[in-house]
Amino acid sequence: MLTLLGVSFVALLALSALGASGRAPRLMFLGSAAAISGLGLVGFLGLPATSLGFGPPWAPAQIAVDALGGWFLIILALVAVPSCLFAAASPPPPRAEGAAFPLFLAGMALTLIAADGFTLLLGFEVMSLASWSLIAARHAAGVGRRAARLYLAFAAFSGICLIGAVALLAGSGLGFAAMRGAPPEGWRAAGVLVLVLLGAGSKAGLVPFHVWLPLAHPAAATPVSALMSGAMVKIALYMMIRLLFDLGGASQPAWWGLPLIALGVVTALIGALRANLERDTKSILACSTLENMGLMTAALGLALVYRGADLLPLASVALAAALLHALNHAGFKTLLFLCMGAVYSLAGSRDPDRLGGLIHRMPWVAGCAMLGALSAAALPPLSGFASEWLLLQALIQGFRVSDMSVQLIAAVSLAVVGMAMGLAAAAMVRLVGLVFLGRPRMPRGAGAPDASGLMRAALLLPAGLTLLLGPLAAVALGGLDGPIRQVLGAQAAAPRFGLELALGDGGSRYMPGLVALLLLLVIGAVFWLVRRRSPLAPSHGPAWDCGFMPPPPHLPFGDPLSQVSAQGLAQPIRRSLGHLAIAPREALVSQPPGAAAPATLRVGGRDRGLTRFLYPLARACRALAREAELLRGLSLRFYLSLTFGTLILLLALVAVLERG
Amino acid sequence: MGGFLTQLLHVALMLAAAPLLVGVVRWLKSRLLGRRGAHPMQPWRDLLKLLRKRPVLADGASLISRAAPYLALGATLLAAALVPSFAFGMALAPMADLLLIGGLLALARVALALNGHDAGTPFGGLGAAREMTFAVFAEPALLVCVMVFAVLIGSTNLNAIGHGLADGQMGWRVSLLFALVALTAVALAENARVPVDNPATHLELTMVHEAMLLEASGRHLALWEMQAALKLLVWLGLLAALFLPFGTAAPGSGPFAWVLGLLLWVAKIGLLALALAVFESAIAKMRVLRVPEFLGAALMLALLAAALIFVSTGLA
Amino acid sequence: MGFGDTSYDVAHVLGGAMLLISFVLLYQRRIFSLVNALALQGMVLALAALWQGYVQGAPQLYLTALIAFTAKGVLIPIYLRRLVLQLPPARRAEPASGIGASMIAGFLLVGLSILVVLPATAGARVLAREDLAIALSLVLLGLLMMVTRRTALAQIAGLMTLENGLVLAAIGVAGMPLMIELSTAGLVLVIAVIAGVFVRVLHERFDSLDTSLLDPHRGEGP
Repeated sequence: MLTLLGVSFVALLALSALGASGRAPRLMFLGSAAAISGLGLVGFLGLPATSLGFGPPWAPAQIAVDALGGWFLIILALVAVPSCLFAAASPPPPRAEGAAFPLFLAGMALTLIAADGFTLLLGFEVMSLASWSLIAARHAAGVGRRAARLYLAFAAFSGICLIGAVALLAGSGLGFAAMRGAPPEGWRAAGVLVLVLLGAGSKAGLVPFHVWLPLAHPAAATPVSALMSGAMVKIALYMMIRLLFDLGGASQPAWWGLPLIALGVVTALIGALRANLERDTKSILACSTLENMGLMTAALGLALVYRGADLLPLASVALAAALLHALNHAGFKTLLFLCMGAVYSLAGSRDPDRLGGLIHRMPWVAGCAMLGALSAAALPPLSGFASEWLLLQALIQGFRVSDMSVQLIAAVSLAVVGMAMGLAAAAMVRLVGLVFLGRPRMPRGAGAPDASGLMRAALLLPAGLTLLLGPLAAVALGGLDGPIRQVLGAQAAAPRFGLELALGDGGSRYMPGLVALLLLLVIGAVFWLVRRRSPLAPSHGPAWDCGFMPPPPHLPFGDPLSQVSAQGLAQPIRRSLGHLAIAPREALVSQPPGAAAPATLRVGGRDRGLTRFLYPLARACRALAREAELLRGLSLRFYLSLTFGTLILLLALVAVLERG
Repeated sequence: MGGFLTQLLHVALMLAAAPLLVGVVRWLKSRLLGRRGAHPMQPWRDLLKLLRKRPVLADGASLISRAAPYLALGATLLAAALVPSFAFGMALAPMADLLLIGGLLALARVALALNGHDAGTPFGGLGAAREMTFAVFAEPALLVCVMVFAVLIGSTNLNAIGHGLADGQMGWRVSLLFALVALTAVALAENARVPVDNPATHLELTMVHEAMLLEASGRHLALWEMQAALKLLVWLGLLAALFLPFGTAAPGSGPFAWVLGLLLWVAKIGLLALALAVFESAIAKMRVLRVPEFLGAALMLALLAAALIFVSTGLA
Repeated sequence: MGFGDTSYDVAHVLGGAMLLISFVLLYQRRIFSLVNALALQGMVLALAALWQGYVQGAPQLYLTALIAFTAKGVLIPIYLRRLVLQLPPARRAEPASGIGASMIAGFLLVGLSILVVLPATAGARVLAREDLAIALSLVLLGLLMMVTRRTALAQIAGLMTLENGLVLAAIGVAGMPLMIELSTAGLVLVIAVIAGVFVRVLHERFDSLDTSLLDPHRGEGP
């Protein structure tokens, strides 16, 4: 086990050197896929706590792959292998990107196998820096570069907060075993909660630190976007579980979970809302990542609340919801990102207003994308529904906590989560409808080739995973017995009963396999009965639409203006809910009567996280800097009196403290 | 054995009764407006006529237009099989979770929206955008009402809820009154009824549900009409099972109890159909942009019901 | 006394119906519908007083029910309807903003009153505690209506909701003397008359019922 781990890491470092040289990029990516699958195997088999011989000056590094870390390592492998295959099938990247890619994978894996605070933070920082360089290498200037800079700022912020959190936890030593022995209490515990929320929360994209995610994830290359959305945000989730559940100790009060629930559901709502308003396919998927991360964080918060209220079975339901959704989300988000990357490279655009009708020319990509979209929309019997069913049940059972304010919060959170789920379904229908259905809007889309060879294999792998995770959700849930028992104690167990998801003996059940089977049976029966009665094959004709013109000769697919546009589909939601997530702007330029030029309507908006949080912060910083400039031109006497005054103040403080 | 028999009979009953229900509602509305109205069996005649016809697909349509009708009808039929009508304890009763029923209806809705996008016409996209927007506001109200019942009975399984309510121990709770109003608003929105959408409109700009079906013809249109009728029956059956639960045959009882349950179920559905017809004839359709307010008010009522149910179960 | 007991159930449903009607009042924009909902609220209050009189065996509550029915269910709505009919149709509706926010605020106020009343009345009868929570919510919702609406008639509706909440609290408690009810009902009638006169004056002077037109004239002499 240890040798496999060591070999995989050394392989990743060697592949990084190979990528830096710029030679054989395909081999580098395929090698990375092999190395990360080795790490996934280690995650599956587990590794007891080991002390490596080398490490920082104060103590050798400790590593361990326990059940929780193993689950996330498996998720990392399941995301990384298709991404590496896709990268191998794409044109070779710039050298900086080739060097940073295996380091990115190594950083994430290092965070997951760490068993002491230093290694944990080292892996986290390597992951942040490597992903930053992956974005910055692609863009020398412009929007992408600004996104990279914003990302670096937020990554530095989260790193600093997490260093503070680990420092607060490390009372008697940096190893996890030592930290578990001395759980924090009182103000130290509150400080840990706040710092972990700020640090891991900003990495996971919780409101109000979410503004970088929809800018940074689309700016990277497709396999890197898939890794960031599928694996890196899960690392942030892992940090939250590790630092709050595991190292924070089992005796934290129930209100610890409430900030997580509140931030989680607000993030879910804002993410799903923005996903409906975006005009770039990858931005839509990045905002959908925000939504799913919000749901996972809310599930974690619920688990904390239930654990604090001594309701262990419900805590295991909530924790199972978070961990299962991490796996399901990794599956369908990777699939969706790789499909949109395939569309970008084959049909030439990321703007849905330049795509359309791709299902005719790219059936494989369209089929995989629709599977991913239906799963992301949480529809039975697919994978997304199983984990969201668990989350909804955990929220519904919120009445069992005897505190009335918690019950009301659970009811309101249920409403917000329901709204977020509806918005997610709407966003996925909009994405698939604009990109794949309808008629082509540009000639380039009409001539797009389908994904083939290695790229098709890279799409079929996560498609198969998503397809399997639907009916076999209970099997995946069985794999969660280990992590749940490790986090919540030996009494807890995953909420399953054979092949069903069950909430305990007399409680509600969901049988994904049976639902899938019955659905197929019913559809088959309906098909057979109807075709017996109505055997004529369909014929084709021009579109009716209560009066539709035949296409003019210069636009063989019809005028693109006679189809819905991205902003047109977003209009009902933007008008009713848009003000919650963005500051909307609609600019209408109309022409004088008789002019032949068209009137234009431009709609857009800026994220409220920018207008209400970042921009005022930047303005405050600039104002502070301007005021601080005043300190430069003062006289010598003033500087002396400043020092004098501080000395007097400290002496007075000493006098007061000595008295009391 | 009894469970399997009741399940099969129930599915056949739902399939047979759905177009009849639509016909009865249309006939009642016509009578209320002073017209004679078409025969209640007219939707069945329309369906059989459409089944004989060859479907015509638009030039830009893909496999989605051919597969979506079957998917939607399959999902709605499975949901219909889970909502009890004349007897509890059918074969699929352990699976009859309210969240699953909501999920299956959402699957049918997504299939309908994708069908609307498929032909590449503007009205299809318009209808799809509006339908998904209404679902955004209807789903939280439905979930909070499910929570109210879960608090009352302790489970989200429809059979458990029906049994628990039929016992009569629960009494008349004001939360159930609020939940009834909220669920009725959600049912009106989901089934594209006045005041959310006019099912008999011919103006494309006011359409929500029909706009997505403009390109459907032949057997595909027959499947979509059947799906819409079945969805209405599912929602009315859900309202009957949740708020009028008395008289349904207990599991393991004989055919006499089934017949009694069937008669009572027909009476309940007839009463709800009459209420629907009266309500639709009395009220005007609201602007599309006001529907989120309408459903938001339903959500507030549902939240109020949840708050009051917390109070009453905490006290009593 | 718990659920399943008819006396409890009916009182419970009537209180809940009043809460429902006050939410309908919050949601309505058209003033005609406001007046109709006010009439309905008065009638439900009368029914609640009737039922309480039957359950508690207190005949003075029958009189309360009669007063509530005639004054709030019939007379005041008739008067208000006549007032509304004098307005041009364009002014018979509220300006269309903030309905969603006021609904959310209404729900939060109900939650707040539940969180306040329940711990404070621990040990009292179950029915009284819940009625008190509903009554406090009605008072707060009435105040919310008065604060968030612009037309004077909607503010009158808020005032009446507030007063109905107080009466509901009073009838729920066994042994409350009748004098309070008579004086309160008289007070409401007087307030309505004053408001009606005031509304007429506003209408004649400013040709509008928008009370924000009064703001620049505060502190001036007549």
